Amino acid sequence: MVSRLREIALTLHSPRRWLGLGVAMLAVLALPALNRFTPAGSALHVADHLVPLGGKFLCYALVAMAMDLVWGFTGVLSLGHAVFFALGGYAMGMYLMRSIGTAGVYRSELPDFMVFLDWKELPWYWHGFQHFGFAAAMVFLVPGLLAYVFGFFAFRSRIRGVYFSIITQALTYALMLLMFRNDTGFGGNNGLTDFKTLLGHPLAEQGTKQALYVVSAIALLLSYLLCRFVVTSKLGRVLLALRDAESRVMFCGYSPFHYKLFVWTLSAMLCGLAGALYVPQVGIINPSELQPSASIEIAIWCAVGGRGTLIGGILGALLVNGWKSWLTAAYPDLWLYFLGVLFVSVTLFLPNGILGALSWRKRSAVLALAEAREAEDKHEPSQPLPRQA
Amino acid sequence: MSTDYMLWVDDVSVSFDGFKALTNLTLALAPGELRCVIGPNGAGKTTMMDVITGKTRPDSGDVYMHGSSVVLTHLSEPEIAEHGIGRKFQRPTVFENLTVFQNLELALKAKKTAFRSLFSRLSSEGRDRIDAALGTIGLRERAEAPAGLLAHGQKQWLEIGMLLVQDPKVLLVDEPVAGMTHREMDRTAELLISLAGERTVVVVEHDMDFVRGIARNGKVTVLHEGRVLAEGTMDAVQNDPKVIEVYLGQEAGEAKRTSLGPSAETTGAPC
Ligand SMILES: Nc1ncnc2c1ncn2[C@@H]1O[C@H](COP(=O)(O)OP(=O)(O)OP(=O)(O)O)[C@@H](O)[C@H]1O
Ligand SMILES: [Mg+2]
Repeated sequence: MVSRLREIALTLHSPRRWLGLGVAMLAVLALPALNRFTPAGSALHVADHLVPLGGKFLCYALVAMAMDLVWGFTGVLSLGHAVFFALGGYAMGMYLMRSIGTAGVYRSELPDFMVFLDWKELPWYWHGFQHFGFAAAMVFLVPGLLAYVFGFFAFRSRIRGVYFSIITQALTYALMLLMFRNDTGFGGNNGLTDFKTLLGHPLAEQGTKQALYVVSAIALLLSYLLCRFVVTSKLGRVLLALRDAESRVMFCGYSPFHYKLFVWTLSAMLCGLAGALYVPQVGIINPSELQPSASIEIAIWCAVGGRGTLIGGILGALLVNGWKSWLTAAYPDLWLYFLGVLFVSVTLFLPNGILGALSWRKRSAVLALAEAREAEDKHEPSQPLPRQA
Repeated sequence: MSTDYMLWVDDVSVSFDGFKALTNLTLALAPGELRCVIGPNGAGKTTMMDVITGKTRPDSGDVYMHGSSVVLTHLSEPEIAEHGIGRKFQRPTVFENLTVFQNLELALKAKKTAFRSLFSRLSSEGRDRIDAALGTIGLRERAEAPAGLLAHGQKQWLEIGMLLVQDPKVLLVDEPVAGMTHREMDRTAELLISLAGERTVVVVEHDMDFVRGIARNGKVTVLHEGRVLAEGTMDAVQNDPKVIEVYLGQEAGEAKRTSLGPSAETTGAPC
């Protein structure tokens, strides 16, 4: 048993990489530790507000990694991944709303916004969400089911490339419009907010925030290991092959449909998890998370960090959101321009993202690859070969 | 139609926007046969392979395999591959970001469901088969190199290696020696000849010396404008006036490489 685990661990990473992973994890956990265990005046102290901010970034990192699984590895560019994130968030938000109980403004069993709309009873789809276990299952099942159904039709019809990206944008837009409506039953414009407790712990307490941060970090780590397991398996190599030469994969006897559907659904469920951890840390979920631009930003995180690496998505999400927090505070009007310039320059100058540029070995391989391609083009076989003596 | 065929292309027609790429094409391959298919550019050779492998659906006609129990034209591409049809493309297509070894691993005959791929590991028997193929295609030293870094001829070989480990009953090989040196061509010829017998092999090639070398006394099919123009031994089709006319017409044009005459002397293609 132990040797089997060891064997699996070594297929995921070399011992050196495991060490690096441990160090990175300690660095991530240092943030809430320094917040908790150092006195407020100390040079090492981390300010209270940075804990939920950091936790939020970890959720973004998880989404970016899930995105990398479908885009970086499988070549399926989704511009609707925020849908799955938001659905996970709404599922958790519904639990948090139900946990408020009668402590709301109107002292009603119903969530405040329903009282405000003069609703007399809970819509059927709100039932069960008072149980944490039920809500936690929905966090995975709802995004997973939507992804499965959507993917089933899209991949079966062999929709690819730009067409796929466009319909995912349409998906997020449609869901946003739906969620904006009051009578959909999810709080409309304002969404779900004013949460009080999670599993009995007051969300306003710093201890709860620290715990949420740690849970987010652990969720990210476990999801990373799961993704690593997927991409280091033979299935992972089929995904890369699909990305590079889909028809060749079919003639090898693999059905792209099942492979794509699997990673697509897995990716959506990871996004759901991220959304569920995000909502109690930011205290609100509303339709603005479903704006088409939200999904595009996720793709930009991946592109900036480096696709097809898992770590790249994480890195990109942390960096871009770090800049965003700083810039939107310092120069609120400039953020969108900055994001645009960032995306264009990464596409032009760092096609493999920051990770690709950092890793010299990889870069030289890419250069060699380009050279080989060039050389190949010189005697492209569609040109008649010189055959005459 | 006799029942002891391996693959039977039955009266297949394909058109693209009104342009008839194949017209009532019929072709029967005996088990273990090595069949060469020649014809000028645009004759429909690649389209024929597209139909057999499921990439293109014919407007009419069907493709049967082994005693008409399986109608290939009703199956999807992966299902056809699973029934034992392997294909090498005209333009070498290997998985450039995977290593040579991984390319072969993906092609290796195995259960190819997503579930199996996620949990199964390469058996030692599979490893041996890959290793044997690496030896045959002369890429053992490059096993860990990304396939994208291989020279053109090596990619052709890798693709042939992928066919070997896929262990198909029927191999469709589209222009296997384009971009190969003379020596590599000789080795390819040997390999294809050795594969026939156990399997059925269809080779499309423009290089007439190469075709003559592998066809020996076997049948050669000449396609022209989507139809079978002639079928017979290499000598027979070469002396067929219809064939000569088609190729002479070509000769007047640019495509010298399809020249049929014995004057065309093999020079190694630059690689
Ligand atoms: N997908 C397609 N759409 C439109 N026309 C096509 C398509 N595929 C093939 N054709 C046309 O069908 C004809 C036959 O093409 P095919 O590729 O089968 O010829 P070929 O015999 O393989 O030629 P070559 O020796 O140049 O490889 C050509 O005129 C080609 O332009
Ligand atoms: Mg062709």
